[in-house]
Amino acid sequence: MTAAIKSQGPAVKAHSARNGQGHAAAEVDPDGLQPAGLPAPAPGPRRHCLDLDDYSAEEIRQVLDTADAMKEILARPVKKAPGLRGRMVVNCFYEASTRTRVSFEVAAKNLSADVVNFSAGGSSVEKGESLIDTARTLVALGANVIVIRHSMAGAPHVVARNAGAAVINAGDGRHAHPSQALLDLYTIRERLGGLAGLRVAIVGDVLHSRVARSNIHGLTRMGAEVILCGPATLLPVNLQLAGMRFEHDLDAILPQADVVMPLRIQKERAEGGLIPSLREYRQRYGVTTERLRRMRPGALIMHPGPMNPGVEIDPEVATSPQSVIESQVSNGVAIRMALLYLLAGVAV
Amino acid sequence: MYSDVEAAARNGSDHLPSSGGKLIMSADDMRRALTRIAHEIIEHNRGVRQLVLVGMRTRGVPIARRLAERLDEFEGVQVPVGELDITLYRDDIGLRAVQPMVGSTAIPVDVSDKIIVLVDDVLFTGRSVRAALDALIDYGRPRAIQLAVLVDRGHRELPIRPDYVGKNVPTSQTEDVAVRLRETDGQDGVEIVSREVRA
Repeated sequence: MTAAIKSQGPAVKAHSARNGQGHAAAEVDPDGLQPAGLPAPAPGPRRHCLDLDDYSAEEIRQVLDTADAMKEILARPVKKAPGLRGRMVVNCFYEASTRTRVSFEVAAKNLSADVVNFSAGGSSVEKGESLIDTARTLVALGANVIVIRHSMAGAPHVVARNAGAAVINAGDGRHAHPSQALLDLYTIRERLGGLAGLRVAIVGDVLHSRVARSNIHGLTRMGAEVILCGPATLLPVNLQLAGMRFEHDLDAILPQADVVMPLRIQKERAEGGLIPSLREYRQRYGVTTERLRRMRPGALIMHPGPMNPGVEIDPEVATSPQSVIESQVSNGVAIRMALLYLLAGVAV
Repeated sequence: MYSDVEAAARNGSDHLPSSGGKLIMSADDMRRALTRIAHEIIEHNRGVRQLVLVGMRTRGVPIARRLAERLDEFEGVQVPVGELDITLYRDDIGLRAVQPMVGSTAIPVDVSDKIIVLVDDVLFTGRSVRAALDALIDYGRPRAIQLAVLVDRGHRELPIRPDYVGKNVPTSQTEDVAVRLRETDGQDGVEIVSREVRA
């Protein structure tokens, strides 16, 4: 109940992730490109977390501060608080996931919510039930929160508009992965004391990365500078935001970066002709032990996982003292507890 | 239910009704009441062995620290002081339009087998204390939990009673008790203010 949120007054059923109405440009988009012309954040309490593009800096700070409090619970001998007792969280995963799904499940259980895991395989989805009907069924069964991962960009927005539950996007196509970006912001803030003025290099396949896209929005919103570094075939050249720029020479930017975040390079990218070969990719863009030495002292290495050791990151780099990859995973639980708490406990 | 002043205080907001209320405790009254409570704690527990003070956020925390200063002064022992945020333990989940912010909790010692003195500024319905008891017990099994409050304003909705009271103040439901502390509000004093009619 910060002043900023409180002053927003009663819910106005109008736009965007506040209530799932009118996220007009965010129709299901198999290309997963950023929908153009998103409406400005509307007043009213937030109901959904679909991407970070409609989060204000104040709202992001609120999530990170709440995660601080949640981290204290994780340090207790009994990691449980009754904050969401009697609320039901449904994990709805239409796409494979280890850390995100387990992380949301652990987070919900730490707050004493009831957790139901739903995966498309083995469900009525195989009989052809639509996304909207499935979501409505889950709500009729008592879901207060739907955490959804889907291969189609915009699927969480569709659910948000059509089902009476809070919706958290756990990754949709190539579009967004806000909880991952929030845990990245949290980890950076925790290690470096803040976000404003930092220079974060996101390296590699930015074009196909929902993690990168949400991070770009979150980081620039918090006043960090984002350098997107990779071969031209893997950069989203149509994306232009204040505070971000493109680079192609990793060695030139390494000494300037406070954070270096290599992204997973999928083997299909080489087969599809976007990069010549994994070996050549590693030579130009792999974060190797050699390159680690040229980084700023105290600069962080992050990776959203899962990793391809020896391609975009060397195993020695991933386990070096500068790597915060394990913290990212454990902070993910605190961030997801914060998101669930902020979205799931309110009156509907 | 939680009064708005209570809620505002717990969220660290500096929104308190401005002046215009009736002063019921001056800075000197508060000082004397806390001194007496400190003596009562020592007397009741025959010293301060195994004692831990736990302040309920926000204003219970500075009051707990002031009590600890007096216990140190009278007994020469530094009693540990913790701070407790009860937000996740409230009983109105799903009844609010916006979730209150969760504050930090820091209990510096293992509470098992300790005597905990829970400290808050105002005792009203007792719901905050009920939440605090649940929260504390998540940290271990204290030998005993006692309750110290600066003001008991009545209107209990749960079977909870304080062990140490600065001042008993009869109030009506339409009034708020505003506790101001140097640490959080720049000055000491307790006022009764009639609640504004809210739209």
